[in-house]
Amino acid sequence: MAGFNKVVSSYDEAMAGLENGMTVIAGGFGLCGIPEGLIAQIKTMGTRDLTVVSNNCGVDGFGLGVLLEDRQIKKMVASYVGENALFEKQLLSGELEVELTPQGTLAEKIRAGGAGIPAFFTATGYGTPVAEGKETREINGRNYVLEPAITGDFAIVRAWKADRYGNLVFRHTAMNFNPMVATAGKITVAEVEEIVEPGELEPSQIHTPGIYVQRVIKGNFEKRIERRMVRQGEGA
Amino acid sequence: MALSREQVAMRVAQELKDGYYVNLGIGIPTLVANYVPAGIEVMLQSENGLLGMGPYPTDAEVDADMINAGKETVTAIKGAAIFSSAESFAMIRGGHVDLTVLGAFEVDQNGNIASWMIPGKLVKGMGGAMDLVAGAQNIVVTMTHADKYGSSKLLDSCTLPLTGMGCVKKIVTDLAVLEVKDGAFHLLERAPGISVEEIQQKTAGTLIINGDIPEMRF
Repeated sequence: MAGFNKVVSSYDEAMAGLENGMTVIAGGFGLCGIPEGLIAQIKTMGTRDLTVVSNNCGVDGFGLGVLLEDRQIKKMVASYVGENALFEKQLLSGELEVELTPQGTLAEKIRAGGAGIPAFFTATGYGTPVAEGKETREINGRNYVLEPAITGDFAIVRAWKADRYGNLVFRHTAMNFNPMVATAGKITVAEVEEIVEPGELEPSQIHTPGIYVQRVIKGNFEKRIERRMVRQGEGA
Repeated sequence: MALSREQVAMRVAQELKDGYYVNLGIGIPTLVANYVPAGIEVMLQSENGLLGMGPYPTDAEVDADMINAGKETVTAIKGAAIFSSAESFAMIRGGHVDLTVLGAFEVDQNGNIASWMIPGKLVKGMGGAMDLVAGAQNIVVTMTHADKYGSSKLLDSCTLPLTGMGCVKKIVTDLAVLEVKDGAFHLLERAPGISVEEIQQKTAGTLIINGDIPEMRF
């Protein structure tokens, strides 16, 4: 039975095996749905020369941005990185390499990686700098770019609920990249808000089946909001 | 008078049709949601994984797990669906989104668009723009007709790195509504009080003017 008990009780156990030079794929969109405690653990471990794949790179002092503070990231693969000054500084000084990837292509590269598809053709980016150096092909009269899949040594995600089998359910738009990321790691670690008993999650409502997940840890999340926008309440 | 940002959004909103799934970019395109014509229903798609985006939340409704593609807190309407980024771009790339509205630095007479990168300036990334322009059935670009120095943004050929090739069909600027086809800009409407001559003067690419050009109506 222990073989299917994926719950670990410490962040040391959760990220055990992470080494310098590895590739880490992280779920999240901006600061929404990021595995805050697992990122903090990578900072604590001081692992260096990482290639990090994530839609964004956090902000100064929060999210993946904290890994820039001690220059732990060698290369960042992302679709949009404009939210932190430290990122800009390291990019301009040449300390940090960045590979900008269209958001949908990034999502599909990770999905393909987890699904055993080595590359795919997409019209996205044809005729733009994104296609430079890549194979292109005309199919049914339209031009496409061959994009290779992405897999990682580690995949880190945040989920709402999990059981000890590693089945995951995400909450609202905190889902974002997390389901694909969960499929694409040799070791996938899920940091979750709540661990429930097997059977409590309705089988047909599970977003990520436990087969993709090796470790589950219960986290405590700050859930920082990047752009808080409100409207006046009705009748106010 | 050149149109205000709100008036550009109002004119773009006239392109909406009942039953459309629509993706609105950041800036003026976001304002289009405020001017959906009475009697029609459209569903807003936000590429971070939300179909059926509602207005900003009230203070009590704010939830860090509910954001839009601009990373702003947002709500979901009744009947909304939430899904992964891969699913979201399957909708976009697969041509299921009826209309995309986005801004641009430059557009050219062959429908090429440049909207994400100015060499020499810090490049923040293309986000989902390249996927959106490659995938949507219909793309409307909103922008000022000329830059702040008076140089045209409607060119014979884009000078900046492209976001997509041959994808723009309609442009709504502060001066005019134009269609892009057969390698030229076709003038459809002009802003109230703006002359055809002024539009011609501020359009660097080939401009086709057929007959009397009506003023926009709001």
